[in-house]
Amino acid sequence: MPEPFEPRTDPDVDLRVPADRRELTARPATVLAAIAAGGVLGALARAGLQHAVPHPPTGFPWATFTINTSGCLLIGVLMAVLGHLDGGPPLARPFLGVGVLGGFTTFSTYAVDVQQAIVVGAPGTALAYLAATVVGALVAVAVGDAVTAGLLRRATR
Amino acid sequence: MTVLLIALGAAVGAPLRYLTDRAVQSRHGSVFPWGTLLVNVAGSLLLGVLVGWPAGPAVSALLGTGFCGALTTYSTFSYETLRLATGGHRLLALANALGSVAAGLAAATAGYALARALIG
Repeated sequence: MPEPFEPRTDPDVDLRVPADRRELTARPATVLAAIAAGGVLGALARAGLQHAVPHPPTGFPWATFTINTSGCLLIGVLMAVLGHLDGGPPLARPFLGVGVLGGFTTFSTYAVDVQQAIVVGAPGTALAYLAATVVGALVAVAVGDAVTAGLLRRATR
Repeated sequence: MTVLLIALGAAVGAPLRYLTDRAVQSRHGSVFPWGTLLVNVAGSLLLGVLVGWPAGPAVSALLGTGFCGALTTYSTFSYETLRLATGGHRLLALANALGSVAAGLAAATAGYALARALIG
């Protein structure tokens, strides 16, 4: 069976994928609105969790750690499902992947929280958080992708 | 009010990530995810400035939590790294993981230092 999603690397938009190349010229307003709407939902969920579980400057940012690792697990699941559906509905990737998960996870807060932990004299926390997030995120995305792809293969056999 | 400011910032940040990524890829045919690296580094720099300044709660919600938060992404970064690794580009995957973290941290540090220097 051909793999229509190969050779996708970028889940946001990959111009080597024909459908991605076409989507913005076909209906730019709809695609950008779907991304914006998803981004708003993701960002509000992130802000809500960060507000619910605050951390002191010297403490481990558990909320953002959980947001980023769970978002990475979910992008693995989502892209495996969409790949299985030959891309799925046209707005699914822009809304759920680019918007919701892209808006939910954050690299800037991660980088600044590491930097702030160093500034306030907690280099141990900074290093632990820096490493735990990268490793946790990469394990999460690999697990999400592999488990979902495996389940889908079994279900359709 | 805070919720509206976060929503407004995110409604701009997320589409801007997508458009930047497209623009970078259309000029740069390489397999390395330069577009995502660019938005992550730019967002980390800006958030560093906002924290060092330091910005008030309204500006933080709009530009920090909303705009920078939605412009930057961990999910795209991790998925790209996975696909590079499984697609036979292990060195690029390693370079993307280490390079993104190092560049993001350097950008946050530079933004913070710049803001501190400017306010004296």
